[in-house]
Amino acid sequence: MALDEYKPQSGGAELDGERKSFDYVGTRPERPDGLDKVTGRAKFGADAHAPGMLFGAVVRSPHAHARILRIDTSKAEALDGVKAIVTRADFATGLTGEFANVLENVMAGEKALYDGHAVAAVAATSALAARDAVKLIEVEYEVLPHVTDVDAAMAPDAPVINDSYADASVPEGFNANVVRYHESGHGDVEAGFAEADMVFEDTFKTEATHQGYIEPHACLGSLGNDGKGELWCCTQGHWYAQKYCAALLGLETSQLRVTASEIGGGFGGKTTVFIEPVALALSRKANRPVKLVMSRSEVLRATGPTSSASMDIKIGFKTDGTITAAEGTFRLQGGAFPGAPMEFSAMCAFACYDLKNVRQVGYDVVANRPKQAAYRAPGAPMAAFAVESVIDMACNKMGLDPIEVRLKNAARDGSKASYGPRFDQIGMVATLEAAKAHPHYAAPLEPGQGRGVASGFWFNHGGETSVSLALSEDGTAQVSVGTPDIGGSRASMALMAAEVLGIPYENIRVTIADTATLGYNDVSHGSRVTYASGLATIKAARAAVEKLCQRAAAKWGIPEDAVKWENGCAVPSGPNAGDFDPMPLADITATMGQTGGPISGHFEATPEGAGVSFGTHIVDAEVDPETGATKIVRYTVVQDAGKAVHPTYVEGQYQGGAAQGIGWALNEEYIYGEDGRLQNTVFLDYRIPVASDLPMIDAVIVEVPNPGHPFGVRGVGETGIVPPLAAIANAVSNAAGVRLKSLPMSPPKILEALEAGGDA
Amino acid sequence: MDYHTPASFDEAVSLATSASGITRFLAGGTDVLVQLRADIVTPDTLIDIKHIPGVRDITQNADGSWTIGVAAPGAEMSEHPQLGQDWPGVVEGMDLIGSTQVQGRATLVGNLCNASPAADSVPAMVAAGATVTVTGPDGTRTVAVEDIPTAPGRTSLAKGEMISAVNLPARGENAGDAYLRFIPRTEMDIAVVGCGVNLRLDGDTIVEARVSLGAVAPTVLLVQECADAIIGTTLDEAALDKLAEAASAACNPITDKRGTIKFRTHVAGVLAKRTAQIAYDRAKGASK
Amino acid sequence: MTRKTHVTATVNGDTVEYLCDPRETLLDVLRDRLNLTGAKEGCGTGDCGACSVTLDGRLVCSCLVLGVEAEGKQIETVEGLSDGDILHPLQQKFIEHAALQCGVCTPGVLVAAKSLLEKNPDPTETEVRYWLAGNLCRCTGYDKIIRAVMDTAADLREAS
Repeated sequence: MALDEYKPQSGGAELDGERKSFDYVGTRPERPDGLDKVTGRAKFGADAHAPGMLFGAVVRSPHAHARILRIDTSKAEALDGVKAIVTRADFATGLTGEFANVLENVMAGEKALYDGHAVAAVAATSALAARDAVKLIEVEYEVLPHVTDVDAAMAPDAPVINDSYADASVPEGFNANVVRYHESGHGDVEAGFAEADMVFEDTFKTEATHQGYIEPHACLGSLGNDGKGELWCCTQGHWYAQKYCAALLGLETSQLRVTASEIGGGFGGKTTVFIEPVALALSRKANRPVKLVMSRSEVLRATGPTSSASMDIKIGFKTDGTITAAEGTFRLQGGAFPGAPMEFSAMCAFACYDLKNVRQVGYDVVANRPKQAAYRAPGAPMAAFAVESVIDMACNKMGLDPIEVRLKNAARDGSKASYGPRFDQIGMVATLEAAKAHPHYAAPLEPGQGRGVASGFWFNHGGETSVSLALSEDGTAQVSVGTPDIGGSRASMALMAAEVLGIPYENIRVTIADTATLGYNDVSHGSRVTYASGLATIKAARAAVEKLCQRAAAKWGIPEDAVKWENGCAVPSGPNAGDFDPMPLADITATMGQTGGPISGHFEATPEGAGVSFGTHIVDAEVDPETGATKIVRYTVVQDAGKAVHPTYVEGQYQGGAAQGIGWALNEEYIYGEDGRLQNTVFLDYRIPVASDLPMIDAVIVEVPNPGHPFGVRGVGETGIVPPLAAIANAVSNAAGVRLKSLPMSPPKILEALEAGGDA
Repeated sequence: MDYHTPASFDEAVSLATSASGITRFLAGGTDVLVQLRADIVTPDTLIDIKHIPGVRDITQNADGSWTIGVAAPGAEMSEHPQLGQDWPGVVEGMDLIGSTQVQGRATLVGNLCNASPAADSVPAMVAAGATVTVTGPDGTRTVAVEDIPTAPGRTSLAKGEMISAVNLPARGENAGDAYLRFIPRTEMDIAVVGCGVNLRLDGDTIVEARVSLGAVAPTVLLVQECADAIIGTTLDEAALDKLAEAASAACNPITDKRGTIKFRTHVAGVLAKRTAQIAYDRAKGASK
Repeated sequence: MTRKTHVTATVNGDTVEYLCDPRETLLDVLRDRLNLTGAKEGCGTGDCGACSVTLDGRLVCSCLVLGVEAEGKQIETVEGLSDGDILHPLQQKFIEHAALQCGVCTPGVLVAAKSLLEKNPDPTETEVRYWLAGNLCRCTGYDKIIRAVMDTAADLREAS
């Protein structure tokens, strides 16, 4: 979620309380796009071609921080096949706010702000010619002092990235790299700590990690000098791409049509634009379509990793495990631009617990690194790592069971959340109870192994949503949604539409509409798709059903309210309505042209009852004390889905979140050299988990219905990455017998900790 | 970039001798293509040696020694019914390089000539006492594997010279070899430390040993002190400890994105013990 | 500009001819010259496996093969997995098990898994995991992929 789009949920009364069972929702049919994706037919970002297409390539800064003195393109222009070269001068001027930041990130202006920052781009008749041209573009830099570490960037004498970033929230006396400040909570933490029998306090660090989607950013742009354009790209939000590309190029938004390709993973990293405006600028200059595809090293150097973090946590306990007060400080480094999600860290940190006294503080810190982008529950996993580690330390010290302590303090229906509002119906206790009852929790451990438990929270999100549903004469339905399908959401939409319409799942085709054929839609983020596009699909289907009932009423000559919809048929609503045979949907649509015209339903709104989500993970880890190598031997995810629309894909989200968490906890990290250059720019050294690293991941779905959705659905995509860092750190610490407080827990760090015999 | 497919080593050598600029030989391409794609090295002349007859052959000679073709990929070494019986450590070292896909292409000689101190097959070959046949404008010569790499990315091969075969000695009786490496994941990483051990027993006593270390110095090391620590012993605990000490003492590593000096130095000792134990068990056990 | 080389190869049973620069990879050729975009470029360095194909029956990363090296070779890609409109059992099982989320790694995983089952019809879970270690998937945590491959292997054994 972009920061400006976050709204605390206002709850909702959408839940269809009458419903006792489902015909389609909760089943596990084959996904509609399965065939395309197992045959290689599905068209992803880089799979598009256009007549006369050119290939683009980008010149990137090798320096972490440097003034751009001169860009000489003459040699490149002379190369055979080169058709256009663009620099910052080819983009709009006078932008402000996030538009200005995104432009600065897309193409550097006066300064390169990180290793990999784009400074120019070229389009040529072949990909090889474009790459050769890049090597011929000469850029003269004045190298400036740089800083990449969050704590170092806050130091009084740290090089300043941009002295105009900081907003009014920042207290006096900080380095200009501290650009935003957040404070929230309730009660009196000092009084709470005074009441405590024991107070635990520590400092934690996490390194930045990349979303690591397997598909690099790719797009195909075509823009004429009449200001009309077409853009094909892999994105989580094509309306966002439309809005930002139009602004960065000085176009009217509606003149740019954006089509979302199939998307090869995003996890938040494809919620913004990088190369899309560049491809359009090249196209405008060359007057030909331009395809631009990032290499993996460009992805790692120049697209959004998550923030790195440095955190202080203090929690006071009674001897029975009751928390009397909790306090956290979260310093997040989000690259060379404001926007590190420190308020999400702060607001999520203690949200699992019902606390009398809680206070959280956040700092948004800039440094010479790529602009952070959202990564699955942005800000929450690192906060949970710190908080849940301290709870585990306390449990070990006080000899208490970690699930019991969490149960004792758990947020419940009606609890005042640590970030302000009161919770509606929530599943924190349900996930803890399910974890406690799971055989994993009682299973014996082998020597050298340790067990870790942790819980996590994510807000979930609604967001602007448009859906259109149209019925065909043959009684089938087509649903147009505007949220790219990243992990099977077409199947969920079709199931929910089938549930309302009462026609088979297979008779519904779900299409991801382009920006010219549907109203505005927010990005596929914030775990919002199954919730918000799902709610919109249900409401669009209900609008169509209302029209179907009207047609039946007219035919039967009875009042509209005397007809109801059951099992895909219009039926009289009761004995007094008359005696008519059920009228199937296909019978009504067959003649709809003569009975009043096409039947469709649509929905445009901003649903605000997303329904928060909780999860609890159990992990067993084994540590080799001689080498510091860690193996995850067993993993169980328990998470509240509200209502699992397609349980298999819900399990997939849980498993994927856990696997990403394992990578973050153990091996993934951004490694910068003394020169401020990223050292690990390929998958060989940016070590995401491979198949042989992981065990099967047991996924347990808990269903506490969300009052804000007709079927009780809660988003499930993000919460799954919140508990793993902490759960794994607790397991590793318990296996090794020493507390690990810095991620990733790489083998050298574990050996250091073992050698120190205490904390590391 | 000019691409050539010579039909003989002589033709390949003459192409390489007359070429100007950067020349690379192409077998599996798992390093050459990575460097090409990343614009690290774009050769002016690329000589694909896979069209030379016999380069994929894996042959056991009459005296029990082995000749491995310069384009035999790792997968074919792993699938060979006898090679892994004789030299399991060499086969495992090769097999640890990259993925199944990489195994379909990568070769011992490519791994050697890339001259990375972290090359997995090289410590295994060094421990085994392998040699390579070098063919050049002045004929052929035989060179010990440990004498090929001279520094990271550099070899002792002169302009126009190329490796035309890998030679493994006859295994002989009561002997075994092994190779282990440390990586943070279970697969797909470059060795942070590698160790090869090859030894021969008389009864329970080690009478010959070669111990090599990878990724702890600018080139793969053959460490005589490690061999001395275990020769004449039954690999008891004291011998293992001395071995570990000698291995750690031999290290001259760097701190980089893959590991620290301290970590590499420590783990070299741990791996030396573990590797020696496997080689010892093999020498005692079913595989000869 | 470098002179291009003429190459004749067999792709999914069809004879193809193309001209390519010696620097172009087989993956570039498949995607940009032959319009077979099923194989994906996830890394270009042989680390992700999304470009997996077989070359004369041997599983390789097509990003680590030059287009010119394919002269006279037999290449199989994901587009050749199904027999007309009959899906390969692995393709069917991947859909049934939801062994894909975004689907971008799927073509490479399928080609690699087929190659495994041809070599080893009865693999253990560990063998499947190590065989597929070079096929990165960021969505699934591999769980459902491994199950789909094991389940396919069991079915194929039963059928044979």
